Amino acid sequence: MKYLSEYRDPELVHEYVNELHRITTRPWTLMEICGGQTHSLVKNGILDMLPEQITMVHGPGCPVCVTSVSVIDEAIYLASQPNVILCSFGDMLRVPGSRKSLLEAKAEGADVRILYSPLEAVELAKKNPDKEVVFFAVGFETTAPANALSVVHADNQGVHNYSILASHVLVPPAMEAILSDEENQIDSFLAAGHVCTIMGMEEYYPVAEKYQIPIVVTGFEPVDLLQGIVMAVRQLEKGEYKVENQYARSVQREGNRMAQDTIQKVFEVSDRTWRGIGSIPQSGYEVNERYRQYNSRIKFAIDIPLAEENKECISGDIMKGLKKPRQCPNFGTKCKPEHPLGAPMVSSEGACAAYYQYSFSGTGTTEAVSS
Amino acid sequence: MPKFDFDVITMGHGSGGLLTHRLLQSGVFDILKNELLDQQHDGASFELEGRTAFSTDSYVISPIFFPGGNIGELAVNGTVNDLAMCGADAKYLSLAFIIEEGLSMEAFWNVLTGVKYAVQKTGVKIVTGDTKVVEKGKGDQLFINTSGVGIIHPKAQIHHDHIEAGDKIIISGNLAQHGIAIMSKRQGLEFETDIVSDTANLNHTVRGLLDVIGPDIKFMRDPTRGGLASVLNELAEIRKLGFVIEQDALPIDEQVEGACEMLGLDPLYVANEGSFVAIVSPQHADLAVSLLHADPNGVNARIIGEVTREHAGKVMLKSRIGGHRVVGYLTGEQLPRIC
Repeated sequence: MKYLSEYRDPELVHEYVNELHRITTRPWTLMEICGGQTHSLVKNGILDMLPEQITMVHGPGCPVCVTSVSVIDEAIYLASQPNVILCSFGDMLRVPGSRKSLLEAKAEGADVRILYSPLEAVELAKKNPDKEVVFFAVGFETTAPANALSVVHADNQGVHNYSILASHVLVPPAMEAILSDEENQIDSFLAAGHVCTIMGMEEYYPVAEKYQIPIVVTGFEPVDLLQGIVMAVRQLEKGEYKVENQYARSVQREGNRMAQDTIQKVFEVSDRTWRGIGSIPQSGYEVNERYRQYNSRIKFAIDIPLAEENKECISGDIMKGLKKPRQCPNFGTKCKPEHPLGAPMVSSEGACAAYYQYSFSGTGTTEAVSS
Repeated sequence: MPKFDFDVITMGHGSGGLLTHRLLQSGVFDILKNELLDQQHDGASFELEGRTAFSTDSYVISPIFFPGGNIGELAVNGTVNDLAMCGADAKYLSLAFIIEEGLSMEAFWNVLTGVKYAVQKTGVKIVTGDTKVVEKGKGDQLFINTSGVGIIHPKAQIHHDHIEAGDKIIISGNLAQHGIAIMSKRQGLEFETDIVSDTANLNHTVRGLLDVIGPDIKFMRDPTRGGLASVLNELAEIRKLGFVIEQDALPIDEQVEGACEMLGLDPLYVANEGSFVAIVSPQHADLAVSLLHADPNGVNARIIGEVTREHAGKVMLKSRIGGHRVVGYLTGEQLPRIC
């Protein structure tokens, strides 16, 4: 498959692995921001190819994982209203709220539909004028433009039975929250290629400068990740802290201006509660005043009690890179994909799910996976 | 299509009265005609010679028409294939419909045509059946159940107990075709593609293998729901052996691979309807593959891995770039990813 197979080329992979072994002289801890990167590292067996001194810790870049219990509860509340069709991306459905998941609400009769694009939800609203269609707009900066565009489309076409439950989260504030943590041990970030495709790299220069930390914008395929790690380690070994772009085939320094404009048109930056981490100021998007009639929270006057996170789940420590999934006492025992204690075990991008799916037998023992 | 009284199936067609009678007479009995069905009795009476296999399956696929086939064809092939995996050649099937009120007569007729097509290809006979209609909203257009009996091939010795370390893992055809063909037509996911379901009857293919290397085929299974990964995990767990497969050896059509990438699905977990996994002794694995290559259902057959003493109880995948990972069970449904 062209444009993919090149980035999975075994020879190139081995060249980068050899290069990494050659240049690494000291222990370094790197965090890949995005859950897609985590999965690629584990799925392709890359973690076992790295020099012993390199530790990869897994970042908060799984939108499903960081969506708070209270927001899931809001979605379930909306889905359970008699006249509502709640549309969502697929992997939100299994995430546990305080009492149940959307999948369980669906089984109880709620009209919950899986869509690939919010624009389909606008079409659904047009076809069902007697219903209220709500799109569960989660995700990082990557999914924000399409979600914003759906509101613009609905407004232009006079589709008033459409609204979005926005739960967008932003990467740079999360990076700062991680770096400010007393226990933080991260030496370098691999920034998320897809987020930077939209937002560009400008936001990262002040972070790199302030915390004196190298940031390499990195893609998702094996060759991308290894090249990103090599670039980060080169900087670390030389004592540099620059922002570099490994994913140049997709990311431009200024990002995608049209997408950014669409985000700004519909959303405003707001505080956001992250699952397991808590509230981070100015770390999310909410629908702005101009489009308030498309904000499900206002339209349905949602007023449900704030829910508490499951205390047995250490998702906060996992997503801040303080702990690895296997260091959780409940990993693979009390917490499994079929009965998760927290979102990182259910999401397709969750770190716990990656470890469970690709390196855990499911019979009660973990196995060291060798290459 | 014959002339029916109504354009759509109504509750009356399941009442057992005149409408049911007419539907069966001018529809089902006519198109599926054979000497046992023609008796129109409560059940079929026949004699069987030899060791017999018996299997059943229900079909609830949505949409009922999909690229490469329909629910009727699938319902015949599915049970015929389940019997084939036991080493049996299907002889007789039952066919039971649960129809949601409002299904168009034309759709019902087209499904029957699919049943007939599959019956002719497999050589099996539908000898008994049932038709029920449920109220609108109580079903999803059409559900089908088929059960079947078949005679086990005299050379077949298929049992997971026979699997040993060193045996080869063979897949008879491309992976994930069926699941992705269905996915491409699901509401909200429609995408332009030429991918068609691989639904096919495997009884002739399996018979061809058993004729030549009967006892060397230790085990067979068609990886439908849950895909290849689930079949191998079950075997690994039961036999306490390792099942090691190579990513590079997996036969996957380029378009299917592309669709899986786009949708965030792992082809190892996607359903197949026209291919099967065979665990074959190492001495005859190459012969099995060349026999399969001579069969229309086996042109993409390959040895994809090996049974090992190491990694007992687990399925391991050697990735294209040389890493190893565990391939676990699928939990729940594979859901499309977010970004």
